[in-house]
Amino acid sequence: MGVAHPTEIGVEPGLAAAVSRLTVVPQRRYGIWIGTAFALLLAFLIVRAFASNPAFAWGTAAGYLFHPSIMRGLGNTLVLTVIIMALAIVVGTVIAIMRVSPSPVLRAFAGVYVWFFRGVPALIQLIFWFNLSLLVREISLTLPFLGTPFSVRTNDFMTPFFSAVVALSLCEAGYMAEIIRAGIKSVPSGQAEAASALGMPYRMILKRITLPQAMRFVLPPTGNEAINLLKMTSLVTFIAVDDLFYTAQSIYARTFETIPLLIVVAFWYLAVVSILSVGQHFLERHFGRSDTRREPLTMRALRNVISLRGIAR
Amino acid sequence: MSDVKSDNRARFGVPADSMVFARGVRKTYGSLEVLKGVDFDVPEGSVACIIGPSGSGKSTFLRCINHLEKLSGGILLVDSQFVGYDLQGDRLYEVKDDLLCQRRAEIGMLFQSFNLFSHMTVMENLIEAPTQVRRVPVDQAKAEAEVLLRRVGLADKVDRYPRELSGGQQQRVAIARAMAMKPKVLLFDEPTSALDPELVGEVLQVMRDLAESGMTMVVVTHEIGFAREIGDQLVFMDGGVIVERGAPREMIADPKSPRTREFLSRVL
Repeated sequence: MGVAHPTEIGVEPGLAAAVSRLTVVPQRRYGIWIGTAFALLLAFLIVRAFASNPAFAWGTAAGYLFHPSIMRGLGNTLVLTVIIMALAIVVGTVIAIMRVSPSPVLRAFAGVYVWFFRGVPALIQLIFWFNLSLLVREISLTLPFLGTPFSVRTNDFMTPFFSAVVALSLCEAGYMAEIIRAGIKSVPSGQAEAASALGMPYRMILKRITLPQAMRFVLPPTGNEAINLLKMTSLVTFIAVDDLFYTAQSIYARTFETIPLLIVVAFWYLAVVSILSVGQHFLERHFGRSDTRREPLTMRALRNVISLRGIAR
Repeated sequence: MSDVKSDNRARFGVPADSMVFARGVRKTYGSLEVLKGVDFDVPEGSVACIIGPSGSGKSTFLRCINHLEKLSGGILLVDSQFVGYDLQGDRLYEVKDDLLCQRRAEIGMLFQSFNLFSHMTVMENLIEAPTQVRRVPVDQAKAEAEVLLRRVGLADKVDRYPRELSGGQQQRVAIARAMAMKPKVLLFDEPTSALDPELVGEVLQVMRDLAESGMTMVVVTHEIGFAREIGDQLVFMDGGVIVERGAPREMIADPKSPRTREFLSRVL
């Protein structure tokens, strides 16, 4: 670095020369070098093991990748994920709004909901709904004077697919409610206050002011939830819904090509998760636009990581 | 509507030019009494400044005016009407939310922390309430918003987000946003307290312009200079009551109450 005007900043010409002779020697990071060497070695060993072990039977796996049953299973897994996530967001939003409501009864109801559906393992809820007919034989509507205009046997509508949707939506809604509630709470109270002072009614404030601002905080953990849910749907195998995992299982039960089919299943889950991650990135960019102009991308990424970790369970 | 106003005037002795009329206003939170009977008058077109130490109840009183806080006792009328109630005989019926919102929309409020909607641009902030609450067409709301932004000197910031503006600019936008609802009265809750000293002047200038245009204003402030210059009346509150009131110049120069004197000596 040359010193252009030594007199101006009060540096003696001799000192300036001494300063300009100095060079910076970067710190030696031995730990990082050793770590890098280990990581490369490990990567090499893993790749070699995967490539050289014939039991992986990559060719067989590749052959099943687009097998019609696998495709049908993948389709069902995606349909389940989309339906359950959509219902969970709707129910979760309602529960979250109840949890911040002025009425103590609504708050308590929502609190118990979250406590129960988040507390009981998803698999147990799933099997419970599937066996609802043991508890309730038929569901009917009985009106005074009119008799019973509507009645169905529980077994007729509690199909495996329908039980899966009901059980996992209710369960997932418990998680979504907490995420959305945290989002609503993170919006400064002055925002709703200013909206009130402008004459906006409570529902309008929620819809136009609070929820849109909560979205920024809600989206990263929701993306995380969607990914969790995609994988959680593999539980429906237990009640014989033919999702991705179930179809793979029924093939390898016949052919004993267990490892190749598990590779196929893992491949498709990874593929869908990758696509979801890209979608999540663009959604976050859309809802974060009011603060992206000033905040560098790296800071935002860091914040997202922190909020993801804060919510991870 | 005018019947209600003249009935109220006759019944409670509200002066004809009254914009804010408070008698015996009390506010309690549990066992804590924050306001212990406040009488207060703001004639239309005048500026009232409220000073006092923190915790004296001045902000609470301001929030009672637009019914953000419900009164625990006494009456408070804006433009000779109750804000949150309908009076029938001797009963004050709480009004439905829709009506409360309509009435509140006519009372503008400014906050210490500006509270601009952070997910909206300046323009979106200004047209939100007119288009959503009053159903004004978007084009008309935008045209009116541009006029207001020129008035506060921020016509070039229409597409900016609040985060991109300085505190002083944000407060000026907030004033424009409140003005977009064409309020009868503006309430200011320490509008310059969160600002860096060099930004206070621009906000006070906008408030001065508003006062000169005949806007009725109630200003809770620590800016004694502003109160002296612009205020038509000055009120000193302490411990939930009004300790002293008067013309700003005389009161600042020669306070009658020892508590007022002590407070003024600390802030001047």
